[in-house]
Amino acid sequence: MLEASNVTIGYEDKTIVKNVTLQVKKGEIVSIIGPNGSGKSTLLKGMSRLIPCASGQVCIAGESLRAMGSKRISQLMCILCQSNQTPADMTVEELVSYGRYPHKKWYERLNVEDYDIINWAILHTGMEPFRKRLVISLSGGEAQRAWIAMALAQRPKVLLLDEPTTYLDIAHQLEVLELVRTVNKELGITVIMVLHDLNQASAYSDKIYVIQNGGIHITGKPRDVLTPEMIRTVYGVEAEVQYVEAVEYPRIHPLKRA
Amino acid sequence: MLAYKNKSITIGLTFLLLVIAVILSIALGSVKYSPFEIIAALVGNGGAVPDTIIWDIRIPRVVLAVIIGANLAISGALLQAVMNNPLADPGLTGVSSGAAVSVLFILLVMPSYSSFVPAAAIIGGTVAAIMVYALAWKKKGLSPVRVILSGVAVNSVFGGIIGLLSLLYSDKLPAALQWLNGSMSGKGMGDVTMILPYSILGWIAAIFCIRQANVLRLGEQAALNLGENVNRIRIVLSFTAVYLAGVSVATVGMIGFVGLVVPHMARLLVGSDYRNMIPMSIGLGALVLLVADTLGRTLFAPMDIPAGIVMAVVGGPYFLYLMRKGDM
Repeated sequence: MLEASNVTIGYEDKTIVKNVTLQVKKGEIVSIIGPNGSGKSTLLKGMSRLIPCASGQVCIAGESLRAMGSKRISQLMCILCQSNQTPADMTVEELVSYGRYPHKKWYERLNVEDYDIINWAILHTGMEPFRKRLVISLSGGEAQRAWIAMALAQRPKVLLLDEPTTYLDIAHQLEVLELVRTVNKELGITVIMVLHDLNQASAYSDKIYVIQNGGIHITGKPRDVLTPEMIRTVYGVEAEVQYVEAVEYPRIHPLKRA
Repeated sequence: MLAYKNKSITIGLTFLLLVIAVILSIALGSVKYSPFEIIAALVGNGGAVPDTIIWDIRIPRVVLAVIIGANLAISGALLQAVMNNPLADPGLTGVSSGAAVSVLFILLVMPSYSSFVPAAAIIGGTVAAIMVYALAWKKKGLSPVRVILSGVAVNSVFGGIIGLLSLLYSDKLPAALQWLNGSMSGKGMGDVTMILPYSILGWIAAIFCIRQANVLRLGEQAALNLGENVNRIRIVLSFTAVYLAGVSVATVGMIGFVGLVVPHMARLLVGSDYRNMIPMSIGLGALVLLVADTLGRTLFAPMDIPAGIVMAVVGGPYFLYLMRKGDM
């Protein structure tokens, strides 16, 4: 579904991601993890054309992003960044309606079909009770869901999320991740997200990429990747990894700095 | 993309108020006219003297205030969108003084080229805007604080040049002084017909900017995500804003605060959606500058106080009031 081959991404003089190749299959949830400053957010932004790639290419459904045009890309792919800005007087409904923006020419207005999609996105994210509320009056978790609703209204095939659970308490973190899983399972949207919490990455992903110093350290299923050795080398932390019978994925208990 | 309330009544009322202000402003002055006399003069039956006063003096001035007010307000509204900064306006960002420097240069140094004044003003304003962008640009885009700091720097550079030009050509300065203060006195139909086509072009461009200005409200990354070319939006919106400010400065000189205060008032009244903001800014900008100019020429008559000075005196405190209210 989404392939990045040999991408190098950086700002002006500094290269942050070097020669990374990454493949995501249709319908997968893939998490990118790694220490602060390892380049995981930059990689995500590079794959979504928010930051231009210095070299290499990113393909979505076999088509290169460079060849596609920004508008076409936003009909296939949506990225939600970590911090979002909304005007003080924008309601949830209005925000969600912007998801239809890439599908409209400048002279076109929203039609019945657009309104159906907007309603559907609001329903799917449980935002119906908040529909007329101002986005800035929502709690962090609700606001995050409102933005995810906007992303859904965009009707993307691939959804990229940059640390979707940051600044949220654990209840809202789980709520957002459950929503991501529902979106993935029910709508078949491929998800790539940057996460900090190893346990969340473990529980919610089909595949994990561990990024270190701008390159891929290791990749694979959570069980194969999240090992005490990996955590020691990449994070410099001693951790206990526990495999429970009932669940497929490992649980990680960080102990102390290595 | 979704209008959440019908704001057209507020906008309609503003334009109604504008019409009333226009009639009042034509009626007021050293010679006072009743509405009937105005109507008579408008259809050409008012008698020789009223016809002349109303058609050659009052109407051009009123129309000019309306046009310039609208221009400056749109310019401010667009700059605020593109610089992601509620303080951006043609005055504070140095666009007006950039335009003023080039106009003053032509007026003082090569007066025979005065037909190039509008073009020079647009070029001067563009240079100022580019300077602000270059100074305020950081890796992650425009920082709102840096925009204002750069504006201060650019303004002081151009202010210095204006001072220097005034000193070097002090013999020719009196002619340019009225203009420097942002005055609409002594303007005739010729000025109106000069600026009107330019302005209409700018207004049409502004209407095409609405959609882009709206999506920029969600921030640069969200706009990119929605498939917009943010750099192109920046250039188009900035140029439209600079153009409108430039042609205004070329005609009446520097008038501050309209571009700053009017979009704020518009936002308070109809919200931040540019589909409402732009029409509201047009009506309100026209109204505010017309009232400022009418007050300027009637309050201390026969003294004619430039609208630029009235705006500075009234606009400054009003702006402080907005700040105290925590609106920005």
